[in-house]
Order: sequence, then structure tokens, then C-alpha cells
Amino acid sequence: MTEPTHLDGNAVAGVLGEVFAVDVTAAIGRCDGCGAVAVMAETRVYVDAPGTVVCCADCDAVLLRVVTAPGRTWLDLRGLSYLQIGTT
Amino acid sequence: MSWRAATIAGVRPETPTARTVALQVPGWPGHEAGQHLDLRLTAEDGYTATRSYSIASVPDGEAVEVTVERLKDGEVSTYLTDGASAGDQVEVRGPVGGWFVWRPRQTEPVLLVGGGSGVVPLMSVVRRHRETGSQAPLRLLYSVRDPDAILYRDELAALDKDGVDIGYVFTRQAPEGWPRPPGRLDAPLLIATAFSPDLAPTSYACGPTRFVEDVADLLVIAGHDPRRLRTERFGPSGGNP
Repeated sequence: MTEPTHLDGNAVAGVLGEVFAVDVTAAIGRCDGCGAVAVMAETRVYVDAPGTVVCCADCDAVLLRVVTAPGRTWLDLRGLSYLQIGTT
Repeated sequence: MSWRAATIAGVRPETPTARTVALQVPGWPGHEAGQHLDLRLTAEDGYTATRSYSIASVPDGEAVEVTVERLKDGEVSTYLTDGASAGDQVEVRGPVGGWFVWRPRQTEPVLLVGGGSGVVPLMSVVRRHRETGSQAPLRLLYSVRDPDAILYRDELAALDKDGVDIGYVFTRQAPEGWPRPPGRLDAPLLIATAFSPDLAPTSYACGPTRFVEDVADLLVIAGHDPRRLRTERFGPSGGNP
């Protein structure tokens, strides 16, 4: 049996913390592919791809991709219909 | 949030393969139990390597401690477990992660299930729970390879003696006279340890990915509300229990 290689949304907290003013891992996201709604911390995250890929834990569709280079970050959010972010 | 310069204030061995690294981080904004930080090393030629480590300590000004298990071929973990010494400079980003946290205002029962080095952020919860005098019922179930691999062994033994509810699962080798033969955490033991779903506990599981998914699946099958589970996966080799 092969061991699963993925991490979870907690693993992108740092890199997303560079571009968002709030913690995105506690936000709720909707998968644009299957409609599943989940806390971003509970997504599947692959860090061994070029960049970091965040996938839906239900259907494995790509929700978000983030690539960093010195001085720049690329953020692809097209797999998310929305993010619900807690505000105070 | 951006990178901060940090100084290694000291290191202390926990097991033959793990060390606690104390960091001094000027400007550290404080953290919640369960959070982690990203640590970046930069080589002389500019090459950088970044890894995430769970915070083991309770909030204490600019002092932050992480416990690091040496991983095979681990670029950063090998430095932290073998090379790092007081006075070394590293960079730190954090604290990060607002989901896998326990806050002192939580009053519901708390189940903590750790596999291998997955116990590290749970230790921060245990320490914070105690420091704040929380009355929330708390149990820690720690799955570990063998007795020599137990992190925070003396502190856990003292807490256990003091009435903190701590259980161990030995996966490879158990201490002499241990009632349960070595083996993985299974459904009967987990369910016997978990609080009744009727009490609406919050359950935290941290460790290697498969361990965490097994724990989460078993708790849901046992009737726990998936929305009250908080998980953190370390990947395939996160200090395999």
C-alpha cells in the first residue's frame, strides 16, 4: 500500500499569509468542480508539484495554485467558486 | 506577514532523533496553541530551503520552541537536529494556521490524538490548557514507535502522575508488561478513549497523513461531527509512528 503524499491546507498558511491580510486556512471554500464546501485547512495539498497545489478533499479537483519566486507570487484561484472569510 | 530574523537560543535533545530548538524571534506577535511556523535557511550561495514546524511552546514573548524529528535526507531537519547551535541565525514566518488551534476560551472536552512527531502541536495545547487552568476535560492519546521515541517523556510522565489523562499506543515495541501488544491504533481503543459524541467534544489529530485520515474516519464512523474534527497532516514520513 503506498503512503499518501499529500499534506493539508495548514501547509499553505505561511505562503498565503504573505498575500492575504487574514488567515485563509480557517476560511471556507467552495469547490467549483463538485460544489463541496469545506474549511481550507482540510483540503489536500501537494507541495512536490512545481509550486503548491491545493485540491478538493472530495473530488481532488484543483482549487488553488500558488507559485512563489523572489519578489513575486502567482495565485491561481479558478477552482474556487468562493471563499467565505471570517471577519471580526 | 513576512520573514523575521530569528536567533537559535538553545537546543535540547528529546530522543536520539529529535531535538527541541528554542528560537528568539524579535517582533514575534504571539501565537495560539496548535499553530506552526515556517522556517527558512539560506545558504551562502543564496539557495534557500523552507519547512513548516509545529510550535511546541506556549506564548512567551519573543521565545518560541519547535521540536524537530530528523527525517531521512531532510535538508532542514538534519540541520536542526544535528547542526544547529545557540547563536545561529535563521528566518521565521508566522505564526500561521488559524484552524488547528485550541483557545483557552473553549470549554468543551478536548481529545488530542498524535502520531509520532504529530504530538508536537498537541503538547502546546496540553501546556496551554494547564497554564491557563482550563477546566475543559482533556485527553491525549499518543501513538509512538517505541518507548525511546516518546517526545517530552519526563514532562508527560509528570503530567500523567498529576492526573492528566494520557494514553500511549506503541506501534513497534511496547514497554515490558504493557497490557496491549504493539500495533497500530485501532477502532476499539480510539473509541474507548474518545469522549462521547454527545458531549460535543473537539477532537484534534496530527501526524503522518494516513494516521490522521484513519483517526478522522474512525471518529466520524463512531458518530463524531466532522465539523468538530481538526486535523493536520505531516505527509508520508512525518515522523512515522
